[in-house]
Amino acid sequence: MSIEVRIPTILRTYTGGEKAVEGDGATLSELIADLESRHPGLRARLIDDKGLRRFVNVYLNDEDVRFLGGLETEVADGDNITVLPAVAGGADTPVSG
Amino acid sequence: MRYDSLLDSVGRTPLVGLPRLSPGPDVRLWAKLEDRNPTGSVKDRPALWMVEQAEKDGLLRPGCTILEPTSGNTGISLAMVARLKGYRLVCVMPENTSSERRQLLEMWGAEIVSSPAAGGSNEAVRVAKALAEDHPDWVMLYQYGNPANAESHYATTGPEILEDLPSITHFVAGLGTTGTLMGVGRFLRERVPGVQIVAAEPRYGELVYGLRNLDEGFVPELYDESVLTTRYAVGPRDAVRRVRELLDNEGLFVGISTGAILHAALGVAARAVQDGQRADIALVVCDGGWKYLSTGAYAGTLDDAEARLEGQLWA
Repeated sequence: MSIEVRIPTILRTYTGGEKAVEGDGATLSELIADLESRHPGLRARLIDDKGLRRFVNVYLNDEDVRFLGGLETEVADGDNITVLPAVAGGADTPVSG
Repeated sequence: MRYDSLLDSVGRTPLVGLPRLSPGPDVRLWAKLEDRNPTGSVKDRPALWMVEQAEKDGLLRPGCTILEPTSGNTGISLAMVARLKGYRLVCVMPENTSSERRQLLEMWGAEIVSSPAAGGSNEAVRVAKALAEDHPDWVMLYQYGNPANAESHYATTGPEILEDLPSITHFVAGLGTTGTLMGVGRFLRERVPGVQIVAAEPRYGELVYGLRNLDEGFVPELYDESVLTTRYAVGPRDAVRRVRELLDNEGLFVGISTGAILHAALGVAARAVQDGQRADIALVVCDGGWKYLSTGAYAGTLDDAEARLEGQLWA
C-alpha cells in the first residue's frame, strides 16, 4: 500500500534529494504525518496552523486538494500527489526561445 | 460585421461546437475562439478595459507611459491599444522570452526591460514594481491585481457565452492572472444555478519551479478561490497531445495553454458521461498556435515535444 508524492526541488533537502517519495494514509493529513516520520521537517514546510501554506499547492491526481477536502482529502493506494510552489503564470506568461 | 475602428472590434468572438471531440449529443464541448480578437488573443479584452478604466479614473492622459510586467499576450494587446491611443508602453519581461514576442512588441512600438530568466513571471512582477516606484508618473495597469481585468470578462466574455449557450453547465479556462475565470465565473454563477467553473493551470517542468522559495510564492490579487468549482494542473505532455487532437479532429490550430484547457474540459466531459449527466461545456481558446511554433511543440513525437518544453513557460 503506497501513494507516490512528488516533491519540488526546493523541498528535496528533506527527502535526501529524492524527487518522489512514498507514503501511506487514508487522508492527506495522515499521509503528510507518515512522510514526516521519515522526512523530518517536511510537514512544517507544507502546513501551518491554518492548514496548507498559502504558496504551497498540493494536487491529488492533478486536482487541487483545496477543492477536494483540503487536508482531509481521502487518498488511496495508487494515487499520485504532487506538491508545487505557487507561481505566476497562465496564458500571459512567456515562452522561452 | 462593420466597426468604426480596430478597438471597436474587440470581443464578440464565435462559439463553435467541437462535435468530433464531444462524447455525444448529451455531453458537448464548445470553444470560445478568442484568437479571433484583433491581436489574436483573449488578452485584447482586459488590455482595452484596463486602459479605458485608467482613462476614466484620470490616471492616463495623452502622452502617459504605461508599464506592465508581461511578455506575453497582454503585452501585445497593450502595445496595440497604446499605439492607437497614443501612449508609450514599457514591458518588463523575462530575458528568456522568445524572439517572436520581442519582435511583435517592438513592432507595435513597445519598449522592453528584461528581468532575470530564473525568476520567471514572479521576477518580472518584482522588477516592474521597482520601476514603478522609480517613476511615479508611469502608470502600471498590473493585470494580476487590476479589477478591470476581471470586469472585462464579466461585462463581455461571460454575457457572450451565455447568450450563445444558455444551456451551459461548465466553463473551463486557463488560470494565469485569473481574470477570465473570475469575471466569467462570477457572471455565470449569478445567472446559471449549479454552473461549474473549472480552472486549468499549467504544470511546468522542474526547471521552471527551480529553487523557488515556498514562502515567496505568488497568488494574483484577483484570485478568489470561492469562484471556482475546481482546479486542475496539466503538464506539457497532455497539453501538447490535446493541441494535436484539436487540430486533427476539429481543424483548430491553438496555442499550448489551450491544449491544457481542453485536457481539463475533456476530463470534465468524461466525468459527466460517467455520471449520466447532461453537459454543455464552454472552453476558452486563448490564442492560436503561431507564436509557439518555435517551441517545437508542433513537430515530431510527443516525447520530442515534451522534452523541448521542459524548462519553458509554455502557457
